[in-house]
Amino acid sequence: MKIKYQRLGGDTYIYLNGELDECSASKTREIIDDIISKPLVKNKVIFNFSSVTFMDSTGIGMLIGRYKKLKSKGVPIYIQNPSSEADKILEISGLYKIMPKI
Amino acid sequence: MYNKMSLNFLSLSENEAFARNVIAMFSLSINPTLNEISDVKTAVSEAVTNAIVHGYPDTVGSIDVEAEIQDDILHIIIRDYGVGINNVEEVLEPFYTTKPEEERSGMGFTIMKNFMDKVTVESKINKGTIVKMTKTFKK
Repeated sequence: MKIKYQRLGGDTYIYLNGELDECSASKTREIIDDIISKPLVKNKVIFNFSSVTFMDSTGIGMLIGRYKKLKSKGVPIYIQNPSSEADKILEISGLYKIMPKI
Repeated sequence: MYNKMSLNFLSLSENEAFARNVIAMFSLSINPTLNEISDVKTAVSEAVTNAIVHGYPDTVGSIDVEAEIQDDILHIIIRDYGVGINNVEEVLEPFYTTKPEEERSGMGFTIMKNFMDKVTVESKINKGTIVKMTKTFKK
């Protein structure tokens, strides 16, 4: 999993590229936590899922964990442009109710 | 058309991608759509992850994956010889997890049931767990 991020107009965009499963989840979690713990992260956090080629429920757990962390700081999460692989699992799990698709 | 395969590997998370990709390749002879391939990969990944994380929580053990094609139907069996499940009905419930502190979503079986046509679970404490899944590919 490759992760990049950029800050645009006060929002933080995090781009995930690769497969999100049990094998990659702990490293992904660590990198994302490093990004979102920065004090500059205070508006929206937008996860771009366009290059997520595989995702299973380990990814759902990872996202819910990040949601809880950011919620305590009052920062909402959005999912941008999910790949069809990611979209189906995000939809079925009901995650879009707490992190809307944009 | 009839075909059959089996695979055995250690319960290491590095083997998840290997297992789901082998099953995806094996099912290519049914001429699946990309969405069907994606569904099968996700379901296999869920079952293999369960075997690794919950079947063998403190050890590395053996996982068997078998697949069978009967015309346009794919049967998959994922078997571990680990700790087993105390109450199978309970783990089939959405959001049920024994490891919330690890940020487990409890959605594994819900996803398997959504992505496959049929999912059954058999388990015996300290003997292991068998997950059987079936999917019929659309013509």
